[in-house]
Amino acid sequence: MRIFVCIKQVPDSAQIRVHPVTNTIMRQGVPTIINPYDLFGLEEALRLRDRFGGEVTVMTMGPPMASDSLRKALTYGADRAVLLTDRFFAGSDTLATSYALANLIQKASDNWGKPDIVFCGKQTIDGDTAQVGPGIARRLGLTQLTYVSSIDAIDPSHGTITVRRRADHGVQVLQSRLPAMITMMEGSNEIRRGRIEDALRAASAEVVQWNAAAAGITDLGHCGLRGSPTVVKKVFAPPSREEKATLVGEGAANPTAVANDLITQIFARQPVLEGDLMHAAARH
Amino acid sequence: MTRNHFDAIVVGAGPSGNAAAYMLAQRGLNVLQIERGEYAGSKNVQGAILYADALEKIIPDFRDEAPLERHIVEQRVWMMDDAGHTGMHHRSDDYNEDKPNRYTILRAQFDKWFSRCVKEAGATVIYETTVTSLMRDASGWVVGVHTDRNGEGITADVVILAEGVNGLVGRASGLREELKPENVALAVKEMHFLPQEVIDARFNLKGDEGVVIEAMGTITEGMVGTAFLYTNRESISVGIGCMVSDFTDVGQATPHGLLDRFKAHPSIRPLLEGSEIKEYAAHLIPEGGYKAIPELVGNGWLVVGDAGHFVNAVHREGSNLAMTTGRLAAETVADIILSGGSCSRHNLAAYVDAVKESFVMKDMKKYKDIHGFLKKGRHVVDLYPRLMNRAAQTWFRVDGVDKRSKESTIMREAWRARGIGGLMGDAFKLMRAWR
Amino acid sequence: MNSSAPRPAAAAGSRAGMKKELPEHFRSYKHVWVFIEFEQGEIHPVSLELLGEGRKLADQLQVELAGVLLGGCGAALTGAAGICHSYGADVVYVVAHPVLADYRNEPYTRVMTDLVRKFEPEIMLLGATVLGRDLAGSVATTLQTGLTADCTELAIDDERSLAATRPTFGGSLLCTIHTLNFRPQMATVRPRVMPLPVPDTSRTGRIVEYQAELEESDIVTKVIDFLADRNSESAQLAFADVAVAGGLGLRSAENVSLVRDLAQVLGGDWGGSRPLVQKGWIPSDRQIGQTGKTIRPRLYIAAGISGAIQHRVGVEGSDLIVAINTDPNAPIFEFAHLGVVGDATVLLPALTEAFRSRLAVNRLAG
Ligand SMILES: Cc1cc2nc3c(=O)[nH]c(=O)nc-3n(C[C@H](O)[C@H](O)[C@H](O)COP(=O)(O)OP(=O)(O)OC[C@H]3O[C@@H](n4cnc5c(N)ncnc54)[C@H](O)[C@@H]3O)c2cc1C
Ligand SMILES: Cc1cc2nc3c(=O)[nH]c(=O)nc-3n(C[C@H](O)[C@H](O)[C@H](O)COP(=O)(O)OP(=O)(O)OC[C@H]3O[C@@H](n4cnc5c(N)ncnc54)[C@H](O)[C@@H]3O)c2cc1C
Ligand SMILES: Nc1ncnc2c1ncn2[C@@H]1O[C@H](COP(=O)(O)O)[C@@H](O)[C@H]1O
Repeated sequence: MRIFVCIKQVPDSAQIRVHPVTNTIMRQGVPTIINPYDLFGLEEALRLRDRFGGEVTVMTMGPPMASDSLRKALTYGADRAVLLTDRFFAGSDTLATSYALANLIQKASDNWGKPDIVFCGKQTIDGDTAQVGPGIARRLGLTQLTYVSSIDAIDPSHGTITVRRRADHGVQVLQSRLPAMITMMEGSNEIRRGRIEDALRAASAEVVQWNAAAAGITDLGHCGLRGSPTVVKKVFAPPSREEKATLVGEGAANPTAVANDLITQIFARQPVLEGDLMHAAARH
Repeated sequence: MTRNHFDAIVVGAGPSGNAAAYMLAQRGLNVLQIERGEYAGSKNVQGAILYADALEKIIPDFRDEAPLERHIVEQRVWMMDDAGHTGMHHRSDDYNEDKPNRYTILRAQFDKWFSRCVKEAGATVIYETTVTSLMRDASGWVVGVHTDRNGEGITADVVILAEGVNGLVGRASGLREELKPENVALAVKEMHFLPQEVIDARFNLKGDEGVVIEAMGTITEGMVGTAFLYTNRESISVGIGCMVSDFTDVGQATPHGLLDRFKAHPSIRPLLEGSEIKEYAAHLIPEGGYKAIPELVGNGWLVVGDAGHFVNAVHREGSNLAMTTGRLAAETVADIILSGGSCSRHNLAAYVDAVKESFVMKDMKKYKDIHGFLKKGRHVVDLYPRLMNRAAQTWFRVDGVDKRSKESTIMREAWRARGIGGLMGDAFKLMRAWR
Repeated sequence: MNSSAPRPAAAAGSRAGMKKELPEHFRSYKHVWVFIEFEQGEIHPVSLELLGEGRKLADQLQVELAGVLLGGCGAALTGAAGICHSYGADVVYVVAHPVLADYRNEPYTRVMTDLVRKFEPEIMLLGATVLGRDLAGSVATTLQTGLTADCTELAIDDERSLAATRPTFGGSLLCTIHTLNFRPQMATVRPRVMPLPVPDTSRTGRIVEYQAELEESDIVTKVIDFLADRNSESAQLAFADVAVAGGLGLRSAENVSLVRDLAQVLGGDWGGSRPLVQKGWIPSDRQIGQTGKTIRPRLYIAAGISGAIQHRVGVEGSDLIVAINTDPNAPIFEFAHLGVVGDATVLLPALTEAFRSRLAVNRLAG
């Protein structure tokens, strides 16, 4: 099987700080990670490769530094890594990103053959739009299978696939055709720890780097800021509420007294609630 | 040669390991460096002082690229009592030179940069991989390492242990003894973020100028230790460290309690006001000095940096000794391998000689008695700062008391506290330890 | 592979982001649309919430508000259209076709893009649900227009364009995004972020039926089974009137029961902060916050939760927020209405008992 996995290097948002005085993002020194949702696709890809043979290619569009994430993906066991990097891509929104990635996939297909599956993450933790995967599928005419919790059956030679998909009210069992763009649900698997051989290979492997021209992208009007229909007009910190919480129960003798104080305060502010709760309690 | 055989394996990507791996790769050797952290410096999030000289000998033009925060133009040494401090400030415009001598750095960024240099020099570097033990042949000769990843062990002509103070591999492999509480200090540090302008204003700085404060006194509650404060570009590193044995023997204080106390001290608090705290970490420092240096070489292995206990506690130097020992080890190994020799204990002994010839061992020797002195005379960290502050107050307060009376008050207090014999003895012992 | 790649809608080479005259062919785009999620015979509440929000936008633009309803059975859709009217829609586009019985990306994308091209809405809102997210990306890419995901606030600016505000950088900041030169302007909004409007059953509206040309044989993906989450345990959390949640301040997995007990006495539902999920103390569908569920209960009690921004954005819509925390400086007190500085493991049981007797007394009295 030939599998492509789109991964994105994202700032570890747990470690992003907002400047206490200027309210701007302090990016300095914030470590980057592979978007955690992408790892579920990568692991699924590796499992399919282990089962059916073939190769897993990881790819990303991003700054040159993003090659660190690709290399990391190689230590997990991916076979090949491609970075699409060019200043023309700066400022891409989801539409421009899916344009660039679709072209990247096209070019990679020309080089190494067409993929049976393209895995994307369910969403990123920085963009958090969940739109790039569907965008790629649409542009390349791939079957779109999002929120997949498991691949139940797959037959690469006949190009058929059966998956379970997490829908809003239950699980859909879908039968469809390859090539497909799949996003895996979190928790559907766990990324493996690569073997020492993978780590060694990854350390010295070449990360293929293409700029826009090398990826065959000639129409730069669709790339980066120019190709992005959405425009960020302003970025701001959430407004803080003026009044803080009213503290209840200070100086109360014991927890029960505090609890009673609190309940009195709650019902004073939500008079209707008391009656409703009573009715609800009566029904139980 | 199988795929998994290297000329040298370096365990650890701190300053010592990076120096060694870089130099070996520069000399054209096939080097593998193994780091357990997610990246070099990932386990080391704090600010520190970089001494340019040691790095210059490895990467002469490092100033063009290394992530440096500020160069030091002012050094303050403070003796603190509970209410204030008496100290020395040394500041000079001479430090605004082309090639400054000391810088503040953030280890996470600096180590990452150094690691990139190592890779660019041609070494193979793998992260998130812990060396679990040394591989030996039947005669006990070290021939490679085992890691915590699945797969075969990796072999090399020589293994350089640059694994830092804990030295787990060395200890597990019986190359060195367990750490003794009286030979290691426990340091805790924090980063306090503040806008650059605020730091500049509070410390009277411009451009990339920086300040270092080192402090001792009542802040350590009678334990042997020091506190420090370094200015980075947009943050301040503060920390305090004391001998591990003192935490159990002398005080009831916890390391973090000490740090909180230091930060709340009236001389320190205004410097940190309004900052956002991030990144709290604790780390050991090998401060046993010369007498704690373990065996440094054996058949197929050698030890560099903190793992070799190379820290000059008096001058707060560590990374420079680490880089220097790493460099000297690499030079020895490269000379041996490139001339077709074997990395036997005998041949590797050239590294030990080189260390002895360098400032590293000379400085280690110079201060070999200082710890004994401090341990026996704990009063120096407590009493003298108190006396100094009281003396200063007596001196500076203008309150109608004549100067001669003030002088005798100061002397009287000192005598009362320590006695003339004690004072003389301290001075004498300190001089001896210092020499 | 590239056969169905969509053609760009705008002249390339111009800077898409810069405000200039809206291209001629987009000037006729009018009206606000809400995609109505209709599955298993039910409208997803998020669609009704969006009708409430869409109503405000439409009024401000002085245009019509439309719901777009796709499904397999005409009769059921007509009933659902009535509900849309009562929640504020002036018109409902109804597309009934057997192929549309179950949601599938392919036919839904095709119908939605056809509808947009034919009826030309200027704004299209979808729920940021599994279905909405699956559909929105395909539709936006096909139409080559801008899409702002997971908005928390929608407004119309001075130039009549949609100002969509959403969290960014892991929720620590907000940003406002515009789609200036393309139409429709698309946005998704997560469930419970917008309030559910009060329906007006006397309201009526038009229904526009649209005949989709679809063949089952053209659709490659087949639904071979659907395993409904029958009375899934936590299904109520997002819609509960009362929600009680615990954080790391609970200190142990056992103490989660204190939260559950209080929720039970109040007839509400319970959840927790993300670390509890990571520690395995509570199941992941009970996580409240940015990457969990957004809730808007009438009463929210947070015990031992510090109130990090990612948690805050998930609960801010609650009518009354009560926080219990040992740390008087915990950020949660900045947005809670009532606070108790104290130990949650002591106060929760006390509160449970106090509520229990209070409600019982009232029941007797009432
Ligand atoms: C609070 C504090 C402040 C200091 N301030 C200064 C200062 O201002 N200036 C100064 O010069 N020095 C300072 N030092 C000392 C300095 O940090 C050390 O001397 C220096 O880091 C030693 O370098 P090293 O390479 O020997 O060890 P380390 O920096 O400790 O590096 C060891 C590396 O090996 C890795 N490792 C360990 N075991 C394994 C294993 N089994 N497998 C794989 N990898 C492994 C670790 O993850 C680590 O990255 C300070 C120390 C402390 C604690
Ligand atoms: C991308 C991203 C997405 C995230 N999404 C979410 C999300 O959806 N939901 C979410 O909740 N978090 C989310 N988080 C995590 C979030 O940033 C916080 O880490 C988390 O909310 C903290 O949980 P906590 O309040 O339970 O724990 P802590 O922050 O550790 O707070 C525990 C609190 O309990 C108090 N306390 C301690 N003991 C007691 C006691 N006995 N009684 C009362 N109080 C006590 C303490 O004072 C403290 O305030 C996300 C983070 C990231 C980076
Ligand atoms: N720059 C990028 N490079 C590679 N893949 C990406 C990029 N941006 C998004 N993706 C993929 O698209 C998924 C969804 O991203 P998003 O729409 O930003 O939530 C991610 O999980 C990735 O798999």
